[in-house]
This record gives sequence, structure tokens and C-alpha cells, in this order.
Amino acid sequence: MAVRNDLRLLKSSAWLGWQMEANWTDPFLFATYSIVKPIAGTLILVFMYLVITGGETANDFFSYMYVGNALYMFVAEVLFGVTWVIHDDREHYMTLKHVYIAPMNFYIYIFGRSAIKIAITSFGVLITLAFGVLALGVGIDLGAVDWLLLTASLAVGLLCICILGLAMGGVSFLTAKHSIGINEGLAGVFYVMSGVVFPITILPSWAQTISKFLPVTYWMEVVRRAIEPAVMEGLAASSGYDVTGMGDMSNLTLMLLLLVSAGVFFIMSIGVFRVADNIARKKGKVDWTTAY
Amino acid sequence: MQHAVETQSLTRVFRPKKKREGKVVTALDSVDLRIDRGELFGILGPNGAGKTTILKILSTLLLPTSGKAYVAGFDVAKNLLEVRKRINMVSGGEISGYGLLTVRENLWMFSQFYGLKSKEAHQRIDVLLEKFGLRDKDKEKVRTLSTGQRQKMNVIRGFVTNPEIIFLDEPTLGLDVNAARTVREFVVDWIREDSSRTVLLTTHYMMEADELCNRIAIIDDGKILACDTPHNLKKLVRMNSTLTLSVGGLKDINDFSSIPGIDNFSSAKDAGGNETTLRFILEDESAVSDIVSTVLGKGSKILSLQKTEPTLEDVFIKLVGRGLE
Repeated sequence: MAVRNDLRLLKSSAWLGWQMEANWTDPFLFATYSIVKPIAGTLILVFMYLVITGGETANDFFSYMYVGNALYMFVAEVLFGVTWVIHDDREHYMTLKHVYIAPMNFYIYIFGRSAIKIAITSFGVLITLAFGVLALGVGIDLGAVDWLLLTASLAVGLLCICILGLAMGGVSFLTAKHSIGINEGLAGVFYVMSGVVFPITILPSWAQTISKFLPVTYWMEVVRRAIEPAVMEGLAASSGYDVTGMGDMSNLTLMLLLLVSAGVFFIMSIGVFRVADNIARKKGKVDWTTAY
Repeated sequence: MQHAVETQSLTRVFRPKKKREGKVVTALDSVDLRIDRGELFGILGPNGAGKTTILKILSTLLLPTSGKAYVAGFDVAKNLLEVRKRINMVSGGEISGYGLLTVRENLWMFSQFYGLKSKEAHQRIDVLLEKFGLRDKDKEKVRTLSTGQRQKMNVIRGFVTNPEIIFLDEPTLGLDVNAARTVREFVVDWIREDSSRTVLLTTHYMMEADELCNRIAIIDDGKILACDTPHNLKKLVRMNSTLTLSVGGLKDINDFSSIPGIDNFSSAKDAGGNETTLRFILEDESAVSDIVSTVLGKGSKILSLQKTEPTLEDVFIKLVGRGLE
């Protein structure tokens, strides 16, 4: 019975999320927006790269950077999407107090609401990767993709990002004005520290130590190995050293490290959410509307 | 028997972040309440008296600073899920709702949060939309509704889950006369349908509290000043009822002073001398029938009759020392 109720909740909150994401315009415009937005976002980085390298894209590092940047959409969008649920329900729709007092699993509600964000972002990532392969020569060979590794790493990684979003959602209970900034700050930490557009070995040693505690670092590495194995091998061979700092680790080791670090972040995030929830109830901030 | 709601020395203090940003506000000060199942219980008080704070604590939105609060026997600070399974809440003057969904979709959405089966939810929604006169609006986006219609939808949202205990925070605030009457009639019918249901209503409308509630707690500055039935509360003011009659063809007023139960009476004839206004201050309300018999016994006609009783406003003024608004 409880499982059935949870499934019903997941379905209805996902439907609500879809209505919010897609119901603001007609389907054609929404589809156009969903295609143009991620490509336009990626092109900013591509043009910067082209300017710096003098128009060179036919190398492994460009593919490394391009794929990392595409995958980072999951981090930024999903993290933001999960956090936004609480902010939106409280400040915009003013429904949070009614949602909050419902006898449901609040985590499932948030994940349901965010599910559509994951789906839309997945579409954006696919479009961006396809554009990269077809227009910019990004080195992804569909025949060489390790689908099992990709599926497993995506599942763990996305769950981890959602859980991190939950912690940020908890922070949203306490601050309307700063929650988005904190969220962007955290996403920024992952961007710099997790090997998104450059390998972590470029960072100073203290920053590399922090990188190795972040699940996104292992996630980026393992997903890249799954979808562009030749690029990763070529990058290691051409640089002559362990350029990613994880070259000596097997895929299994990386998956284990991803699981362990994700598990630690899972516990931390649930803890942060619970503490924030309790403080919000103590301070009377759950049904707070700041009109911010 | 377990109370539907019980509070023990319930206290809630709001402290400003910094001392210079304001003073410490004691929203609730050792509030003790016991509300039985089946009661339609009212909390009457001015704005800022602490009414909404009580409901926020009982509905698990806010933690008390000290004291205890129980809903259906469950501690609201510890057994959140058990409390939430049994309650719902409606706040007046509220414009909440997912504006991009239709009225039906909004109501269905919230029913799903309470685990209702979809078919059952739609059946309940149909019945409630009909009762609240929103049947023709069910496919309209919430953002297109008027404030009153939106509030009616929110009242339906509270009842569609069929809670054991419902908290109504000023549910008729801002509604027009007809809409407010619809809500009041619905609440009375709803509690009559099932004796295990309980309503806790906050209002600052005296008439609403008087008309609806079995018992009323009068609150001011976070303190419960009195709690009883409306009838017993009115007794607190010890104000005598007044009976005013307009009588035609009255020849004399000789016998009225000897009627038992009359404290005082006065009479005044109109300019034409055909109509007499009699005003009796009653010590005992059984005197009314004797007065009427006496008037009729003199061959006179009663043109109008009005009995004035002490109101809750009189009670409030006596207890608080000022009017409600």
C-alpha cells in the first residue's frame, strides 16, 4: 500500500513537473527551445576554445572538454531543478505549506518534480553530443561505447546529483534570497574541481585533494571512459603522464569510488535537509513568502 | 476519550534576528485547549492574537517554543506523519495554487499527495465542485479564476481528502456574502455527516463564530481569555435581554409593571398617538410570554417585536477591554 502510494506520488509529481516545464508555450516552440538552448550554451565555450587554440578542434582534448561540458549540464540543471522545487512552491505558487503538511514522502515529491528536469536535460545533453559529433568532430564512436558502464554510471551519478539538490533544497527552506546563489556556488565548485573542462591534475595539490572527495570527479571520468574510450586513451598517450590523475584506476575501481563518495554525500545531504527542515519549523520559515 | 486536539501550556515566542530589528513577540502564552471529536470549535480573536500560530503548530508547520500539542493523540513535534494523515488545512484570503493547472487538475494533484485513488478523487472533486458552484470552472486554468473562486477551490482542496480534523484559518476572509454563506453551510453539513469529524476554525467575525461553533475560545495577545459555548460566554457579561414592542391601539400601560421578571420598562407614543413603543428590560426571559399576553389582552395589536441579547462582541469587550477591530 505504501509503495503504491509512493508510486502514485512519484507519477503525479512528475506530471506536475512536466506541466511546469513544458506548459508555458506550444510544443513546437518548446522543442525548438530545448534544442537551441543547450547548443547555444555549449557554443560559448567552444568559441572561447577556438579563439585560444586558433581554430583547432581535431584533438582529444577538445573532445574531452566538449563531453565534460555537455555532461556538466546534468550537474547544473538537475541540481538547480531539485532546489528550485521548494523555492518555486513557496515563493511563486505559494503551495509549499499545503504540500509540506501532506502525509507523503517529501523526498519522492521532490524527485518526482525533478524527474522531468532530468529528462529534458538528458535530451539537451544528447542534442549537444550529437551536434559535437556531427558538426565539430567530437570523438564519440557509438560502436565503442560501453553501454553497461554508461548506464550504471549515469544512474549512480544522477541519483547523487539529485541528493545533492535535496540538501540545497533544505537550504532553500532557510533562505529565499541566497539559495540560488549557494546552489550556483556549489555547481561552480564542481565545475572547477571535478575535471569538467580540464583535468584535475592542472589544479594545485590541495585542490586535487578536494577533487578526490567529490563524486562528480569520478562520475565525469567514468562516463567519459564509457562514451569516448579512444579519446581518453589518446589523451593519456599523447600527454605522456597520468593527465586525469585517475589513469591507473580500473573502471570498477572508479565505479566503487563513485558509489562510496556518492554514499557519503547521500548521508550528508539527507542530514543537511533534515537539519534545515527542523530549523525552518523552529523559525517558522516553511510557509514563509518573501516575494523575493 | 482521546481529544481531537489538545494543547498543554503551548507557548510560541518569535525572536528577531537582531535586537535592533524588533522586539520579542510572544504569539502564544501557555495555551491550554481540549477539543473533542465532533466539535466545531472556534478561536476568536483580533489580528495578531495568535490564532494562526496555533493552527500552524497543530498542522506541523511550526514548532512550539515550549509546551505540548497533540492532534488525534499524536505529538505534533514528533509524530508528523501520523498527524498529517489525519488533518488538512485551509487558509482564508489565500491565492495559492498551481496557476497553470486547471481547477480539477489542482484538486486532483493534492488528492494524490494524500494517496487517494484517482477515480475516487475525481468523484469527490465532482461532488465538491457542485456544492461550491464551481462545476463549470473545472477545466479552467486556476490563474484565470477570481480571488473568490480561487479561495473556494482552496476550501475544496482542504475537504477533498476527507480529513478527520480540519483547520480552517479565517476561511471566509475576503469572500462575498454568498460565497461566505456557502462555505459556512458546507462546514456545518460536513461535520453533521460524521460525528468523528472535527473542525477547528479561527475567525475574527463574531457572527461566524456565534453561528457555527459549539464552543469558542477567545484569544488575545496569545492568551486564552475564555473558552465555552457561545451561550455560556454571553452569560459572562451579565447583561439583561431587552424586548422592544411596537403596539397599535394600546390604551393604558398599567398592568406591565406587575409582570414578574421585568427589571424595568418604558413606553413612548408616536406623534400621531396611534402607535406605542414599549421597551422592557428583562430579568427573566419567561416574562416575554406574559408581556405578549397582556398586550393582546388589552385588545391591542403587536406591530413588531424585537428581542436583543448580549452578543459575543459584548463578551469580547468585557474580557479584552476593547472591540475586536
